[in-house]
Amino acid sequence: MADPMKIRATMSGDKVEVKVLMSHDMETGQRKDSKGAVIPAHFIQHVTATHNGKVVLSAQWGPAVSKNPFMSFKFSGGKPGEKVSITWTDNKGDKRTDEATIS
Amino acid sequence: MNNDRRKVLKGTGGMAVMGLAMSAGLLKPGSAWAQDWNKAAFATKNLADTVKAMGGAGASESKDIAIVSPDIAENGAVVPFTINSRIPKTESIALLVEQNPNALAASFDIPAGTDAGVTTRVKMGRTSNITALVKADGKFYYTTKEVKVTIGGCGG
Repeated sequence: MADPMKIRATMSGDKVEVKVLMSHDMETGQRKDSKGAVIPAHFIQHVTATHNGKVVLSAQWGPAVSKNPFMSFKFSGGKPGEKVSITWTDNKGDKRTDEATIS
Repeated sequence: MNNDRRKVLKGTGGMAVMGLAMSAGLLKPGSAWAQDWNKAAFATKNLADTVKAMGGAGASESKDIAIVSPDIAENGAVVPFTINSRIPKTESIALLVEQNPNALAASFDIPAGTDAGVTTRVKMGRTSNITALVKADGKFYYTTKEVKVTIGGCGG
């Protein structure tokens, strides 16, 4: 299991601004190790953000997204105290879900 | 020498099979995401092919998409991008790095109620044109910006 995500959800005006920092290697599959063998690709493919059971953002990523990916977006309809949940799945089937409270 | 090469081939073969098994697994009904990872789109080399793989016929240039990024990226491994679309009914935003081995870096689906703007960080192998591709009301629009890279992000 990978390390937890850092999620920050804050009100900005009447919208909720969500910032997420994930902990993932995001190996491209292009690099080689010291013996010349290709390091297999290992990267996040799907990211889904939900608020009150409603999807507020979904993303598909390729290996070109940076190591320890960062993402931010804004959505309307959220209130302080409610929860935002983020889930990612990588190409090896690993999965992680974390939650944050809107402040 | 030959032996090593065999090993590598074997290794990549195994990976491909694993990948297939996984994408089949992801297709299970009732999973949180409606669609499977768009493998075809992530294997494309340029804008036109990517648009095709995403189900569009062609894209037109638009001034209503803004790419916010550094003009010169000192470190290609981490280049921050913000894409904002002012086109009404924006459904998805994708980011393409033309000179990377595969052009498409990330694609975001924007449901109603979410701002048509996302920020993320991507790797760039070398100086390249960056294209923001926006799907709005079933049509594709794009805008392009060149970003110079002084140290590449793929070679390590």
